This record gives sequence, C-alpha cells and structure tokens, in this order.
Amino acid sequence: MAQGLLGIESLSREEIQEILDRARDFQPREGQSFRKYDLLRDRMVVNLFFEASTRTRTSFEIAAKRLGADAVSITAQASSVSKGESLVDTLNTLGAMRPDAIIMRHAASGAPHFLQRHLGIPIINAGDGTHEHPTQALLDARTILDRGAKLEGLRVAIIGDIAHSRVARSNVYLLSKFGVDIVLCGPASLLPEPLKEIAPGVTLTTNMDEAIRNADVIMMLRVQLERQHEPGFSASEYFQFYGLRLEHLKLARPDAIVMHPGPINRGREISSEAADSQRSVILNQVENGIAVRMAVLERVLAVRKKDGATAH
Amino acid sequence: MARLLIKNGRVIDPASGYDGVADVWIEDGMIKGVGVGLRPAGSDVFDATGLIVAPGFIDMHVHLREPGFEHAETIESGSRAAAAGGFTSICPMPNTKPVNDNATVTSYMIEKARRHAVVNVYPIGAITKASLGEELAAIGSMKQAGAVAISDDGRPVMNARVMRRAMEFARSLGMPVINHCEDLHLSAGGDMHEGAESVRLGLRGIPGCSEDVMVARDILLAEVTGARYHVAHISSRHSVEMVKFAKSRGLAVTAEATPHHLALADRDMKPYDSNYKMKPPLRAPRDVSAVLEGVANGAIDAIATDHAPHPGSEKMQEFESCPFGILGLETAIGVTLEQMVHPGVIGVTRMVQLFTTGPARILGIDRGTLAKGAAGDVTIFSMDREWTYDVNKSFSKSRNSPFDGKSFKGGPVATVVAGEVVWKV
Repeated sequence: MAQGLLGIESLSREEIQEILDRARDFQPREGQSFRKYDLLRDRMVVNLFFEASTRTRTSFEIAAKRLGADAVSITAQASSVSKGESLVDTLNTLGAMRPDAIIMRHAASGAPHFLQRHLGIPIINAGDGTHEHPTQALLDARTILDRGAKLEGLRVAIIGDIAHSRVARSNVYLLSKFGVDIVLCGPASLLPEPLKEIAPGVTLTTNMDEAIRNADVIMMLRVQLERQHEPGFSASEYFQFYGLRLEHLKLARPDAIVMHPGPINRGREISSEAADSQRSVILNQVENGIAVRMAVLERVLAVRKKDGATAH
Repeated sequence: MARLLIKNGRVIDPASGYDGVADVWIEDGMIKGVGVGLRPAGSDVFDATGLIVAPGFIDMHVHLREPGFEHAETIESGSRAAAAGGFTSICPMPNTKPVNDNATVTSYMIEKARRHAVVNVYPIGAITKASLGEELAAIGSMKQAGAVAISDDGRPVMNARVMRRAMEFARSLGMPVINHCEDLHLSAGGDMHEGAESVRLGLRGIPGCSEDVMVARDILLAEVTGARYHVAHISSRHSVEMVKFAKSRGLAVTAEATPHHLALADRDMKPYDSNYKMKPPLRAPRDVSAVLEGVANGAIDAIATDHAPHPGSEKMQEFESCPFGILGLETAIGVTLEQMVHPGVIGVTRMVQLFTTGPARILGIDRGTLAKGAAGDVTIFSMDREWTYDVNKSFSKSRNSPFDGKSFKGGPVATVVAGEVVWKV
C-alpha cells in the first residue's frame, strides 16, 4: 500500500523521532527564511482541502515548494465536490493527474483512511474530522523539544474541547509513545471518560488549576463550535472556567510554555495577555509547522522514485 | 401429487421435542409424517445423511426494500438470499417507499411475494403513518391484509403516549408491537457505539443508554397496556437484563438478537469500514457477552438478521455519510453455529428453537414445526461443512457484509418451502 501519513497512532516512536530530527535540519537560521532545497524536484503534490484552513494549507504549500516540489492547492468550493461528485470519484480524478501525494483535509473522521484503501497514491492527512492531525502533533513535539532536551518525564496539560479535537488525539498518541504525563482537561461534556483508555499515561480532570499545576507545557485548544451539535457553555462561562489567564501560569513550572494550534479566539479560551506573554510559543509552532511538513513530505515522497528521476 | 422424502437426517423439531435420525415425508406442500424407514412410493428423495433436518427457519426481521428501493433489494432477490441462508419465512419491515402503513402496501407486498418470492413473506406493518411517530397507521386493516406485527423499525416511536396507544390497539388485535429502541436525542449524530473505540476513531457515539432508556419505557408501557411487546435487535447488556426482568414479572415481553451482535464488538470493526456500520451499533465486548448469555438463558427468544441491503454507491462514502445496515440472511446459520453452538454456549436444539418456535410464537404464525399437517417448510443444514462466504456471489442485490471472505464450519445445505427444494448448496 502507498505509504502516506494517516495518523500518529500507527507510527512507532522511532519513526516519529526520525521526522522530528529531520525537521530540525530544515529549521531556518535566526533571522533568515527557510532554505530552498532541490530534494523533491520533479515531484508534485496536491493540497486538497475540504475544510477551511489558512495555516495548514499554506504551511504544506510552502514546505513542498521549499523542497523543490510543485504544489497545487484545491479547496472544496472550487472543485467538483460542489457539483455532487463523490469523494472517491474526486480522488480518482485527481489520482489520474498523477500527483506523487495528496495532502488532504476533510471534515469526516477517517475520510483519508477510507480513501487510502481505494487509491494507490500516498495520502498525507492534514486533519480528518475529530480524529487525527498528525503534522500538528509533530510540530508541537518539535516546538517542545526546541525548549528542552527530551519529552520523557514532562507533564503536558491539554485543555479545552478535547472531544472534538483531532489535535488533542494526535498529541496524546505522540506524547504517550514518549512517556509523557498527559493531563486532559475540559468541561465534562467535552471530556469523554474513555479518553483515558486510548493511550498510556493519560489522566483526565475537569479542574483547570489541577491540570496546570506543575505542568511543563500548557496546550490550549479552540472550542470547535462547528463540530458541536448541541448547546454548550456560554462564552463567558467557558472563559471563566477553562480560559487560560496569566494567573494560571503561576501554578505551572517556572519555565512552562503555552501552546495553541490556532486559530486562537482571544477572550474565549485564552486571554490576550496569556497568548502574547513571554511563555507563549504560538508563533514558534507556526514556524515549526513548515519544518516538520518538509520532513514529512521528504519522507513520503523521496522514497517514491519515478522512472527517469534522480534518486536522492 | 408432489412428494418429497428427506431421508436419513437428524431431525430436530423443538415444537414436538423430537430429536433423532428419521425421514421427513412432505406431500402436497404439507408435512405428511416424520418417522424411521418411511418409503412413500413415487417421491423425490433428498438424502440428508449427516445433516440436520429442522422446521423451516423464520427470520422475523429483514428489509426487502420493495417497494421503493428496488436498486438495493427486491422481494424476489431478498427471498432468494433468504433461501440461500436456510430461511423459509421472512418478515419484511415497513420502511419501504411508500412506508407499509396501510393495507394497500401490505397487499402489494404479499401479492409480489406470491408471484416472485421463493420463501414465505409475512410483512410487518408500520406503527405510525409514514413511521413518523405521530399518528397511528391503519393497523387493523393491515392485519386483515396479512401483516403479522407492527413496527416503525429503523425509527423508534419517540412519543411515549403514541407508543401506549399503539400497544393498546395492537393488544386488542392480538398483534405484537416491535420497537427499534433508540432514544434519538441521546443517539443524535452517532455513527458507532459510544466508548473507547469511538473516542479513539473520532466518531460520534451512540451510547448504550440510548437503547436502554427506551427498552425501560416500553417495558413499563407493556405492563400498563398488557401488550405483547418485542425488542428488535437487542444489543446492550442493560437492555438484556431488563427484558429478563420483565419476563420474570410475567410480562409478554420478548427480544431478538442479530448474528452480528453475537459475533462482533466495536473493536472488531475495521477502521472506518461501513460494512460494520449498523443500528444498533456493534457494542462493547461486555455487551456482546450479555447478548450471548441472554440467548443462552432465554432472556432472548429469537435470532433475526436485520438483513439491510444498501448498494455499493451508498456504502462507498466517508463513514459518517454511509447508511446504517448490513446483509445478514446468508451468513446467519454460519455465524450462529460459530458463536454459540460450536463453543457450547447453546446446543443445536436451542439454536433451532431460536430460528423456529421462537419467532413463530412471537408472531403467532403457524410455522416452525414438523407436526403432521404443518406447512412443508424444512431447513437442512450441516454442522461441519466448511465453506467461505463470497458476498459477490450473494443472491442479494447488495454487497454490504462484514463477513465477506469469512470461512465457516457448518451452514445451510438445502431449503424446502411447501415441499419444494427452493435452494440447495
């Protein structure tokens, strides 16, 4: 089967480590832009986004271009999907145009997994419903590692709408493989009990202070109103109980960092002061997104040698 | 007239308690006798040596999709799949288009079946008009036209008062009320059982309690009304407990289980494979154990397949967009033998009961026995024949089965309806 990247759950710790190590090579030097490489010359990737996205789509596109590949971006509104074409037909049509990989975001959990069974071209999952967002977890890990030597033994609090978060799931799978102590926190209706069974090292709490106490990393999540199908918390009530404010940081380790996959909603799940504080590494995450996606694209594409193409 | 002798099989007839090697003599579509060494002159002979010969199996829960969805299944194709699964009688649910909520549709189905079906077809009428859960359907006239029970299957009756009125009316008509138990507010948007697997896969859950609260409600209403009440496709452990409790209180409450709920749990689902998507969903392993135990201890009275054909185009989509339901007729005996009889959870006689006297008593139909004068319907199956299910060779018009490619030990060998062999291996 085509080897794309569908999720973190099925990757081994060694495979993850390789990607993280390689991503470091691609990080830009202080004050410089990302270096341009020739590693994926003659390769073509299609960015197929069925859901709105700014940072992930742009990040993948820049990553592909920095490696010398051609990148085409398609959004669902602009494609035949709006004319009623089925997902399988859309993908088969794109497949016939011979891209080397399809980077795909879709609102349905498992959509890339379902398609990969019917398509010989590797699929890179750029977020599927409420399931996984593997490159986000990789860039988060890269960002954490930029501040410290290793992941083992860290305490990471992930706070917010866990139930609907693919970022949370991918992070849980990744961090768990590295022996991280993971605390998931949110209102009970967004924190299903079985979460603690999905990977070793996971604990749950509905109390934000408890989650943050002694944390090395505080990862805030957006409230995914578009994925909730019932009335939830009022915005002010949510912020009162699950919004990150500067005073919370006193409970965490002195060198703790604040992360957020974006887009952030100031005053909803994080205060402006916390988002802009010295502790915040939100923009480092964005930067690492490109480095990590370069490593992923290289891994998926460089091994696929076309006839006549130079092996790298 | 036509004579058929099914010779030398192990005849198991739970209705009479008979179990032994014997011959079954069918003449003019009716059982003429069961005995040793029967040799009626001029009869066709089926040698059943080494096989089980049982009364014709009844599947009280199928979807034949006709009228309205003939691209998925027809009464004819569904009946052929039934015959190939060892069933001689099937009960199509009313969620056709139009819904079977009046005598005209019921009569249409019966007439279609008379002309094209190879097995007996006993339609189940709707509880409410268009199965919308609001106004009662034309229950009395559907009964006169031949409907044997009422159900809004595929949908629950959400309004308790409507359910109460339906039970009262059905009781006066002597019909059982079958409910698809699912509180739609609790299950809203769900695609699989709510538990560790749904959380892991990021799919929305259908909690066990969405089934349980409705089973509880209905049992209370059955007590109030004195109706015969039947839980379709029971799947959760608490529901099994409650049905057992209702029986211990002497209520006319019964339940059926599907082969797939006996065989598969949520964790057995291939990720995002819609051939594992149905309602109620494949539940947690402890629910599967409870259903198996309920079948063994008598809390559950029948095995029914909930055969639900969907064409490939509908099942080839993102998991959350795919319709609910899987095929079941052709694999029912194989799966039941594997899950229940071979491991010794139940004996083969109990299995035959679950497919014959069990459903016949619930429905009040005159089938499921080899008594002299009964309909000449016989299911002949093997306990040890090895075979592999190939869904591409299915008689169904659809291909949605999680058991495709699965090997079985034991399965149907021949199906006899009114003295005629309508299918053999």
